[in-house]
Amino acid sequence: MRPFRPYAEPHATGVCLGLVLFACFVLSGQGLGASGAFASVASGVVATVSPDTAVHSGYFRSYLQDGSPWTAWLVVEIIGVIVGAAASAALAGRTQPILVPAVRPSGSRLVAGVIGGVSMGIGAALARGCTSGLALSGGALLSVGAWIFMAALFLAGFLAAPLMRRLWP
Amino acid sequence: MNDLLIAGGIGVAFGWALERAGLGDPPKLAGQFYLRDFTVLKVMLSAMVTAMLGVFWGGRLGLFDAGTFYVPDTYLLPQLVGGLLFGLGFVLSGLCPGTSCVALASGRIEGAATMLGLFAGVLIVGLAFPAVETFYRSTPLGPLTLQCLTGLPYGVVVALVAVAAVSALAWIAKREAIR
Repeated sequence: MRPFRPYAEPHATGVCLGLVLFACFVLSGQGLGASGAFASVASGVVATVSPDTAVHSGYFRSYLQDGSPWTAWLVVEIIGVIVGAAASAALAGRTQPILVPAVRPSGSRLVAGVIGGVSMGIGAALARGCTSGLALSGGALLSVGAWIFMAALFLAGFLAAPLMRRLWP
Repeated sequence: MNDLLIAGGIGVAFGWALERAGLGDPPKLAGQFYLRDFTVLKVMLSAMVTAMLGVFWGGRLGLFDAGTFYVPDTYLLPQLVGGLLFGLGFVLSGLCPGTSCVALASGRIEGAATMLGLFAGVLIVGLAFPAVETFYRSTPLGPLTLQCLTGLPYGVVVALVAVAAVSALAWIAKREAIR
């Protein structure tokens, strides 16, 4: 196994990420995203399992009106994210051995991960975006809502952090 | 089809950059909220300023019409409340939606836990939508930008944001050098 290589310099990597976002604007007319892919997949699942429920929710309907939710722009982009991140981690020798119990995170952190995911899922749905789609992409276009979202996110994060110190020793 | 090739290609580059920066690593992300690790802020601010300047100057030089780029609509209260819930979840899981995928792709089971939660979260909003729709659509301000809000020229707002962000990053770097 190759040795673990340290992460790249954050400012330089941030500039590269900014160029990816810039290319995304120029090539597709929209920014990056992530939570929208989860919403598309959820809408697709509901439409398959219970078409009636999907029709009665304006939220699911909005993700079903532009063709198949399984091949939505953001779903394909997120599959790309998984492929790119997996390749990057593997090439740098940073892939964690997922099945080795010694490096598994504690049960409480996994539970916190699920609960945190639920909270972020609800938050992103209400805000119409997450850190990538709203904060980063909207922020770069100077959207007022994006900056409000970003300010609220960091405010809540810093206020909640002292209460969760045991999770992150 | 061409559209989806672009989506996939952009996604690969996006995931690659996030992993290179170490943003698939939950303790590292959570460390931002304990002021132990400033990677999240450094990457976010550098990326945002780069894209903002690219969009501004590309439009100014006539390379493309930046007015056609999709600006998210502002909904004051839903985005405020959504941001608070999101920040709380961010500290709990040490990941956000994009980085949860990066975490899973680099072999971290926490990524899958967070992805499961995210899926449940959007499902809850979708199922409860008739009850939350009024709030969801409240305080709409349209595709409002900081330059429209303040009445300042686009270039002035871009310059102010760039100077503020670079100053903040320089201050953080200086503090870290002392420590």
